[in-house]
Amino acid sequence: MQVSITVNGQQRTDEVEPRLLLAHYLRDTCGLTATNIGCDSTSCGACTVVVDGLSVKSCTVLAAQTDGSQVTTLEGLAGPDGEMHPMQAAFRAEHGLQCGFCTPGMVMAAIGVLADNPDPSDREVREGLEGNLCRCTGYHNIVRAVQTAAKSGPAAGQVPQSQEERA
Amino acid sequence: MSILGTRVVRTEDPLFLTRGAVYTDDLADERLAGALHATFVRSTVAHGRVLSVDTSAALEAPGVVAVITADDLADLAPIPPGFPFVNAGFTRDWLAKDVVRFVGDPVAVVLTEQRYQGEDAAEMVAVDIDPLPAVVGTAAARAEDVLLYPDVGTNVYAAFGEPAPEDFFAGCEVVVSRPVVNQRVAPAPLETRAASAVWGEDGRVTIWCSNQGAQMVQMEIAAWLGLDISKVHVITPDVGGGFGAKIGADPEFALIAQAAKIAGRPVRWSESRSENLVGMVHGRAQDHVVTIGGRRDGTVEAYSIEIDQDAGAHPRFAVVLPTLTMLMTSGVYAFPKVHAQARVLATNTTSTAAYRGAGRPEATLSVERAMDLFAAEIGMDPAEVRRKNLIPPFDSPHTTPMGATYDTGDYVTALDKVLEAVGYQELRAEQARRREAGDVRQLGIGLSVYVEITGAGGEAGAPSEDASVEIHPDGTATILTGTSPHGQGHATSWAMIASDQLGIPLEKITVLHGDTDLVPKGGGTMGSRSLQQGGAAVHQAAGELVELARKRAAEKLEANPEDLVVDQALAGLAVRGTPGVGVTFAELAGDERLLVQSTFSAAAPTFPFGAHAVVVEVDTESGKAEVLRLVAVDDAGTILNPLLADGQRHGGFAQGVAQALLEEVLYDEDGNPTTSTLADYPFISATELPSFELVEMATPTPMNPLGAKGIGEAGTIGSTPATQNAVIDAVAHLGVRHIDMPTTPMRVWRAIQQAGQAAGQGGN
Repeated sequence: MQVSITVNGQQRTDEVEPRLLLAHYLRDTCGLTATNIGCDSTSCGACTVVVDGLSVKSCTVLAAQTDGSQVTTLEGLAGPDGEMHPMQAAFRAEHGLQCGFCTPGMVMAAIGVLADNPDPSDREVREGLEGNLCRCTGYHNIVRAVQTAAKSGPAAGQVPQSQEERA
Repeated sequence: MSILGTRVVRTEDPLFLTRGAVYTDDLADERLAGALHATFVRSTVAHGRVLSVDTSAALEAPGVVAVITADDLADLAPIPPGFPFVNAGFTRDWLAKDVVRFVGDPVAVVLTEQRYQGEDAAEMVAVDIDPLPAVVGTAAARAEDVLLYPDVGTNVYAAFGEPAPEDFFAGCEVVVSRPVVNQRVAPAPLETRAASAVWGEDGRVTIWCSNQGAQMVQMEIAAWLGLDISKVHVITPDVGGGFGAKIGADPEFALIAQAAKIAGRPVRWSESRSENLVGMVHGRAQDHVVTIGGRRDGTVEAYSIEIDQDAGAHPRFAVVLPTLTMLMTSGVYAFPKVHAQARVLATNTTSTAAYRGAGRPEATLSVERAMDLFAAEIGMDPAEVRRKNLIPPFDSPHTTPMGATYDTGDYVTALDKVLEAVGYQELRAEQARRREAGDVRQLGIGLSVYVEITGAGGEAGAPSEDASVEIHPDGTATILTGTSPHGQGHATSWAMIASDQLGIPLEKITVLHGDTDLVPKGGGTMGSRSLQQGGAAVHQAAGELVELARKRAAEKLEANPEDLVVDQALAGLAVRGTPGVGVTFAELAGDERLLVQSTFSAAAPTFPFGAHAVVVEVDTESGKAEVLRLVAVDDAGTILNPLLADGQRHGGFAQGVAQALLEEVLYDEDGNPTTSTLADYPFISATELPSFELVEMATPTPMNPLGAKGIGEAGTIGSTPATQNAVIDAVAHLGVRHIDMPTTPMRVWRAIQQAGQAAGQGGN
């Protein structure tokens, strides 16, 4: 079947199997491999992306379900000049990543946490990220990164607007 | 000012955060164009005779190119046990031929054009297995009613030590003895295992795989496949966590290489999580009997552990794990008499191997539990009992009764610091208040004081490591290292070490690792060895490079070499007293290649130490424990980059708390795994942890010029017993002396009920 999806601001049309997961569509069809797959039970959140403003686990969504949607992955966050999104910058400043595998999903989920609550407490960040697993950091610096990002302003809780909308 | 010791953010991060790291399954290498996808067919039976493997239906399925079974691998010798002291009869077939020995044992490999086709076709391989009784747990293994390898005649892979003399505890006023379980856990790095392989026309195979040390992987695969080592090229892409479970090669990696040979095309494989949780090695899995004896004044006189290591269906690194446990039996304590012995046992479960700490957490957990049991028995405060038995501070080597020679240590100070930071007396007062009031939510305070061994030789060879540093004519530098980072940040740290000596800024230094063509020698990253050996090798190479440059600069400048000093701002050498006047390293590299390769050898391993205090609240009605605080003193010698060292500590704490509170790999009595997805395995999440409180302490080691000890595993070693002790402490006033890990609500609740019943009976 044919799907038309706007991925990181670029509209594309692809022929896909109806059963193709969005995670595999992004990785294999679009070649956007930042989005990782860490489990097969919607538990780990490594595959989290933003679809139409909501953070979702892309292993649990069919590519077909996002026909006509705007999908943003980690690769779509930095500005055109390469300037990091406030959440990316905060993860670096606070050492919120080690092996980097959970990071793309964690960053996208963290943006979702701030979209819902721009000034979360330590506990609220932890609850917001409960569905995103990390084996390296003990979550300590991830929580700090999200709070550092929150202090930087409202952009930390938003994905960049699509090129279409910008125009 | 030196960059060393400062909080430098990682040079790795911009790419990791904007494009994503490139793991094995992300590779878009042209050599892998047109690669087939491999899907393993694995046994769903823990123990049984293979009657038939019918691939006919699978071969008809869409996209299937081949289905490989044991018959296709007849020219490969079976996998040997890998340890000279293990009976050679404990061999493993590449794909199960006659017998399957655990759920997850590979039976066939399906090669398909596309990934999804492999999932479909693997379901169509019909494997007929006649089940045999399964051996689950060390007690069943010891009983030997069922043998995994009947030809060998025993389930014991290896045994170490002798039984304790009968009078070992004679004369002790108090002796406490009990079993202590160090349960099986899943390392569960977020990136599961993955490998890709392609053969060149020259008969050389290139293998990309997720690992902790390419050179060891290369050596193992070459030996397994009967190839000269020069015919195996291993490349390590970015690695999404290892925690010990990615040490060495897994047989699957060699099978992927062999599959590529059979198919005549490149092959790639990336396992699912449910495959990972049965197929990748597990950790811990030691059952101890702990006995401690001493005087009522708190002096411990004798201590013993008997270890049963559940090593699973095939001998892996667990065969030697108990030797590390035995070495560290008495930990930080000056016990006059110490005994340990171990048996390593075969069971019909996933094989076990190294997991963060690898043998040392098991030693620490038992001795720290023993100290609490002893304290409870004599009615003394656990902090006081510890203080009374600690080895006094020392700055020249201290050898224990088990033969470990500690480099430097000050355990009393570590304990004092953690007690002060946590506010021990105030917490005990609050605990007494809650106990008095009969609060539903009781407070528990758990302590541990630990010492561990890092940078040992062993599987990685001698405690030495290679590095090379080259400065290029454009002023950039390249470091090659035999260590193998998978989250630790060596690209940043090794660049800091070189920059400190050469004046070349971090952004101009590239650190490469994990490609056996580029770095033929290397010990990888494991056993908390990297900084003290790999970092020290970079330090040594950079120093030697300065000397080489000094000779050349002296000729070029017609100066006395002794008058030339490193000018950091110049990134070169200047005549003493005239900064800025001299020659840059880049100019010298333009004249002639400026490269130094160096091997650093440490005199001996190092012994980091520390003390942890964990505060929990336990709901006595539900049994649920919540960690409120985790305060840690971790002394790893001189710290190169506190940002990264703290990160290592944090991750370790989380894995320790996870084992103490939550995580356990479980099997039913037939050997079926019941925790083989992340929906079933309770991988610790952000909500189950507090933010951590770190206390600094740094006692340099003389074993390397950086003064560094290992930090990668200490957090886990200290936090596991402190958390378990805290949970038990919270309900100790109800008569509870011990609860095995994981201290789940059910277990805590049951322990409270049983203690209540026992007290009731005692009253009658």
